[in-house]
Amino acid sequence: MTFLKINNLSVDYQMRKETVNAAKNVNIEVNKGEILGLVGESGSGKSTVGNAIINLIDEPGKVSSGSVILGDLNIHENSESIVKYRGNKIGLIFQDPQTSLNPILTVGEQLIETIQTHLKLSKEEAKNKSLNLLKEVGIKDAETRFDNYPHQFSGGMRQRVVISLALCCEPELLIADEPTTALDVSIQSQILELIKKLTKERNLAVILITHDMGVIAETADRVAVMKSGNLVEIGETKEILTKPQENYTKSLVSSVPPTNKKISRFVIVEKENSDKKENNIKILNRWTKKVIIDQDLVQIKNLSKSFDDNFFTESSKNSVMAVNDVSFDIKEGESFGLVGESGSGKSTIAKMIVNLFKPSSGNIFFDNVCITKIKQRSELMKFRKQIQMIFQDPYSSLNGRLKVKDIIAEPITLHNPSISNIDLNNYIYDLLESVELTQKSADRYPHEFSGGQRQRISIARALATQPRLLVCDEPTSALDVSIQAQILNLLKDLQEQLNLTILFISHDLPVVRQMCDRIGVLKDGKLCEVSNTEDLFLKPDHEYTKELLRLMPKIESIYN
Amino acid sequence: MVGEETSDEERAELRETLGLMDPIHVQFSRFIVNASKGEFGISYQLRRPVSELIVERLPATIELVVISALIALITGTLLGVYTGINRKGFLSDFVLAVSLLGVSLPTFVIGILFIYLFAVILGILPSFGRGEVVDLGFWTTGFLTVSGLKAIILPSVTLSLFQMTYIIRLVRAEMMEILQTDYIKFARARGISENSIKYKHALKNGLIPVITIAGINIGTLIAFSIITETVFQWPGMGFLFIQAVQFVDIPIMSAYLVFIAFVFVMINFIVDILYYLIDPRIRVKGDTASG
Repeated sequence: MTFLKINNLSVDYQMRKETVNAAKNVNIEVNKGEILGLVGESGSGKSTVGNAIINLIDEPGKVSSGSVILGDLNIHENSESIVKYRGNKIGLIFQDPQTSLNPILTVGEQLIETIQTHLKLSKEEAKNKSLNLLKEVGIKDAETRFDNYPHQFSGGMRQRVVISLALCCEPELLIADEPTTALDVSIQSQILELIKKLTKERNLAVILITHDMGVIAETADRVAVMKSGNLVEIGETKEILTKPQENYTKSLVSSVPPTNKKISRFVIVEKENSDKKENNIKILNRWTKKVIIDQDLVQIKNLSKSFDDNFFTESSKNSVMAVNDVSFDIKEGESFGLVGESGSGKSTIAKMIVNLFKPSSGNIFFDNVCITKIKQRSELMKFRKQIQMIFQDPYSSLNGRLKVKDIIAEPITLHNPSISNIDLNNYIYDLLESVELTQKSADRYPHEFSGGQRQRISIARALATQPRLLVCDEPTSALDVSIQAQILNLLKDLQEQLNLTILFISHDLPVVRQMCDRIGVLKDGKLCEVSNTEDLFLKPDHEYTKELLRLMPKIESIYN
Repeated sequence: MVGEETSDEERAELRETLGLMDPIHVQFSRFIVNASKGEFGISYQLRRPVSELIVERLPATIELVVISALIALITGTLLGVYTGINRKGFLSDFVLAVSLLGVSLPTFVIGILFIYLFAVILGILPSFGRGEVVDLGFWTTGFLTVSGLKAIILPSVTLSLFQMTYIIRLVRAEMMEILQTDYIKFARARGISENSIKYKHALKNGLIPVITIAGINIGTLIAFSIITETVFQWPGMGFLFIQAVQFVDIPIMSAYLVFIAFVFVMINFIVDILYYLIDPRIRVKGDTASG
């Protein structure tokens, strides 16, 4: 039984020069008790469609044509009528639970206000209803939590509150826009379970908007794939993921890192220009080539870091140990993965290795020299040159006021002040071509590039000092899956040709499986286990690792 | 303090009694000790204890500052909210254009323009002074007489203009930013009425920084009042200070400056407490997220 029917929906953004079609003639139907997954990369228009259903599109965008039929009501008849259905017939959940609740109103106030807007209930009745709802979405101790402010809830709990707010007036359609993207794996699975349970119990029609194919495979009954405003394909989840018809869907599915096996490279179906094979060699000539010695390039011994020890209260009892007595080694030439959820201390370890943080205790050896004990700046510079870092967010890690060539030149001239201008320029061009960017990009500014291209610039900058160790802190977390595949391929190629040692930090287990030789699992600052990648995935030792593997959304689950 | 016919002996004697013959560090430490007790000595010009003068002039300045702070806060917030919500439209553009004038025109120019317009041409408001005041014993107020109320209009509006335009722009920017946030979008998606979204959800959040800035600016108002009081011959502390500067009346100047510093510290203290009361995120810092 079709409950929601979207007919020929188009959304236009009237810009100064042109009109951008964020959605073009989209037709989607959703049944009651069904979860429809809406997937696509950033800019594909998937969120636009979700927002357009309740006409919640930011200026200057507007729904230019099409109709939305809910049951037997045409809710787009006039703009006044849609407002009536918001919250009442249709609930919406946003991506980030940190920002979707008003920080200065208590959870209870927000619930009661929403309920009283739509239902004719007294304050007392509204409160009882809210308490029941909070219990239903799995918030313990609802009576006291009712008077708490949003910041007193953890991320997962906050998303539960958001869900209770979306459902408090018993809507029949729920639109969830990336509801778990900002959450850790373990919380993600809880929230998805909750959405599935509510769908069944309340016979809801659900549209789940996400970029994560694993989430789709585990939750959605049917999938709609979108690309630049067009609906590419729609059908049963299993059909779409196993036998995609359209080229775009094929490339999307093949870019997803498989969770059940290790592949040597990601298959990239839609490559923009295929004539870039003889790359990479360019900087190889300049590389003062390091032969891999069979040794531990990095040795980490009993490393700890606590954040609130200061001059007066050294290591007080209450201090939070961000990293707690961690020891592991990285062999020269290997890729070592560090995985863990947010707050597990993985980025803190990275920052200590590149000497941005000082450890509270413990030592880090690089090439058999203890780098944590070096006092002299000139000595330290020798090591800084050999260890470089790539950060997660390509938008904030490049200085927007410098041209790309200046960004890359900075580390080169810092470590080699006598380099001639011609030599410097050639070196920069070689670096850019090595990361598959054109020479022309040197004279442009970072904002002219896309996220994936910016991450390439970051890589070029990191390679500029010819490092031996590359620390990659979530290098692809901010990128779309097809771009992620390209960047990961690039990193693999570079590592192979330049004999790099890589420390790869990620929360994304499938990615780590593809990238790393060995993996360390972190939890609350402690190292749970270290083992070879395949061993870890096939027969994990530690309980926490087993838990992580069990909870990770698996695109392959669709085959079973 | 001395006239033409004061003899040299008398001058020397006066220097001695005022302690002007002592070395600088003795004079300075005496000043510190006395100041900490609230004693600033005798005004050279008026030959009366400074503390008495300050207490006498204080009500005029406080009344002026309170009235102009209220004008600035209330009109500033209202206009800021209006221009923040109705971003396009004649009235918004007009308010913003005028607010630019308010920021760029110096207080004394505005004051003189006001005097010219309302006192000289229209002749409806007095151009100087406080009008008739009622002495309540500890406080003299102009609020209880018609002439007193009329007299405060021009100086207080003049003084408030700069702060008002500042608040308009701040509130406008805050409102525009907050109306773009996710929680406002989520509130819309839940069908909360537009009025509640604007005035309950958005405005409350928007006022948090306004309180900080406005609080600090009340201190600035007192400082700015020197100019306004001079232009309107308002018998407040600022006017007293300017006269003191002309006569090099150091006890009055030092007392005034210490007083202003004290007011600044107190206001910042009060603002911090207000901030703590209004923003729950600061209030419950000790509580960690649980669950």
